Amino acid sequence: MSGKPRLAVFKFASCDGCQLSLLDAEDELLAIAGAVEIAYFLEASSRVLPGPYDVTLVEGSITTPHDAERIQEVRRQSKFLMTIGACATSGGIQALRNWASSEEYLRAVYARPEYIRTLSTSTAIADHVKVDFELRGCPINHHQLVEVLSSLIAGRTPRTPNHSVCLDCKRRGTVCVTVAQGIPCIGPVTHAGCGALCPHFDRGCYGCYGPAAQANPSSLNDWWMQHGHAPQQLVPLMRNFNGYAPSFRSESERLERMAATSHSSDQVGGNDK
Amino acid sequence: MTNETSTDRVLPMEVRRVTGRQRPTRHGGQSNPWAETKAMASETRTIRIEALARVEGEGALDIRLEGDRIEELKLRIYEPPRFFEAFLCGRPLEEVPDITARICGICPVAYMMTSVHALEAALGVTVPSEIRQLRRLLYCGEWIESHALHMHLLHAPDFLGYDSGLEMARDYPTELGRGLRLKKHGNQLLETLGGRAIHPINVAVGGFYRCPKRDELAALIPDFEWGVQAAAETTRWIAGFPYPHFERPYEMIALSHPDEYPMNEGRIVSNSGLSLPASDFETEFEEIHVPHSTALHAARRRDGSSYLVGPLARVTLNRDRLSPTARRVADEIAFEPSCRNPYKSLIARGLELIHAYEEALQILTNYAPPRTSRVTYKPRAGEGAAATEAPRGMLYHRYRIDEQGKIAFATIVPPTSQNQRQIEEDLRHLIPTILAETDDNLGRQCERLVRSYDPCISCSTHFLKIHIDRGERSLDPIASPSNVTPTP
Ligand code: SF4
Repeated sequence: MSGKPRLAVFKFASCDGCQLSLLDAEDELLAIAGAVEIAYFLEASSRVLPGPYDVTLVEGSITTPHDAERIQEVRRQSKFLMTIGACATSGGIQALRNWASSEEYLRAVYARPEYIRTLSTSTAIADHVKVDFELRGCPINHHQLVEVLSSLIAGRTPRTPNHSVCLDCKRRGTVCVTVAQGIPCIGPVTHAGCGALCPHFDRGCYGCYGPAAQANPSSLNDWWMQHGHAPQQLVPLMRNFNGYAPSFRSESERLERMAATSHSSDQVGGNDK
Repeated sequence: MTNETSTDRVLPMEVRRVTGRQRPTRHGGQSNPWAETKAMASETRTIRIEALARVEGEGALDIRLEGDRIEELKLRIYEPPRFFEAFLCGRPLEEVPDITARICGICPVAYMMTSVHALEAALGVTVPSEIRQLRRLLYCGEWIESHALHMHLLHAPDFLGYDSGLEMARDYPTELGRGLRLKKHGNQLLETLGGRAIHPINVAVGGFYRCPKRDELAALIPDFEWGVQAAAETTRWIAGFPYPHFERPYEMIALSHPDEYPMNEGRIVSNSGLSLPASDFETEFEEIHVPHSTALHAARRRDGSSYLVGPLARVTLNRDRLSPTARRVADEIAFEPSCRNPYKSLIARGLELIHAYEEALQILTNYAPPRTSRVTYKPRAGEGAAATEAPRGMLYHRYRIDEQGKIAFATIVPPTSQNQRQIEEDLRHLIPTILAETDDNLGRQCERLVRSYDPCISCSTHFLKIHIDRGERSLDPIASPSNVTPTP
């Protein structure tokens, strides 16, 4: 790279929360802005420069035919493309539409094509183009973002830990909410990054950072089912902000199949929340 | 334009602003992108801002002028819908605050608060006053973070002639530094009470998962003492900006509460004498689907007229309930009691920034942890609605839940879709006064007016109304039963 690296931030279907994380790094923001050339970041600047870009951050998922084309162009213009957040890495909460074929609202997606062009799926950026680095989270952790950007500016390969939230609870000294209070928690299979926030606030992890490396959600859910939880009650935890990430996705589909079988063979006892 | 809401956006290498003048042909004709000829009485001018900058989310502005007549004016919201109202159906009610938070990264607390109030109404749950105070505290954190962001990084550059707040920092290091610190303490409050600033994790139907310890909150007090004074200085600073002379006869709508500045609760009131319970929102207001937007426009049900929500409406309708310092600064800078200048929303935001700091400081100082962090409840079938004041204006939610505590119906009306119609109307009045400007300047000034609304476009789109024929009344005049349209 000659001169300052050129930074671009592009948005697809998302809530803006992940790119806002950059503006939320108040202490480092001006230093970062000084170390790069902000070439395309509509939320922060009306100055728009054409590509190519050295580092491109992509927020959001692909949900329209035009965005499916636009991401190709973004890729062509980007040397290093990094996705930020669950929408970009796994399709986000809006990927719930991907299962809608069995539900009433899918018709909705196609029902008024004359008013809106949208795809029936919400998919991750990596399903469309090569991604050089993924930063997890809904939202991403702005400390991680600053770290990764600093590495890139310094020409180093960024690294973020990929162990589970469970390990962070142990490190932090948080008493396990499952063991102590019987609260369903998917921390054992969820990627680290949040600092084990939810258990620290007396609630179970709900998976903002998606599946950890080598996560085995089936064994976790089997354990819950042995302890009296019906499969259909476990589906929502697997199917939210990262529901379309492969290992969470296959697990929620397995649970649904089990629910359908047990429902037809006998009545499953409910569990009061 | 076809009869379709385009979700198309500019490609990175495309020129963002396409402006041009044409021969007086109504249709067709290539626009000449960089022409700078003098306007003729009957020529066609096309001004397109392909992607509005320094706003939250993605929208465009299309203007076509025939001589001095506005032929077309569209605030085009092309942000793709994410269908929240649809996929909420069937989800357990406990998840609603966490899911609706993801509608908007800038104002997640507004969604969380409105959803828990509406669900508690459906469940017949009332929360004790300590929980109510903590909710106000959380909301203060969001107002601070959102207002400080908009004021310093998004809006101030317009008045001082910069492309971004970051660029402005070179020449205004003190002001920008103070702004970032103001924003940071808002975020710290959200982190302490909510777990994190964007999409807090501590909001539950019935209260909080865990209430903070006394010393956790007490640690914030010194910064909030500083914040009240710093916010006052910021407001004095922005009050001195050069504001365009532009006024509109708004119908202003905001919540109003007898004892406090409106945030979580209140009646819906207006400067024309309207007053109704927040839960009756749909009797007076309706949503209309226009083809050029993936957001629904909201309008007064009686005559389809526009109205204004947001800081300017709130301050106008509740000025005497602002905190003492905010009131004092308002008087000191001679802020007009019935200001009708949309650009001065920036000052209203400043007054609310002072208020949020001062009210937060008071809650922090008097805090004692409640005995229980949340009210328990049994799921039951029911319906409930609520409105709260998001940083950008009134936000309304209504839910129906079934016996198992699952969502059966959801409707959400965000502030920006309520303001969208008003923004277009303001532009219709602004443009005739700036016709002599070059296309580029005209476009810039329009964009600036749009920005004074602090539009939150991710909020205003992303919905889908489902009209499954179970006797649900459609609010959308275009939709027929068992049909769907994309909404706000
Ligand atoms: S991942 Fe979450 S925080 Fe990030 S843009 Fe998507 S919804 Fe927003």
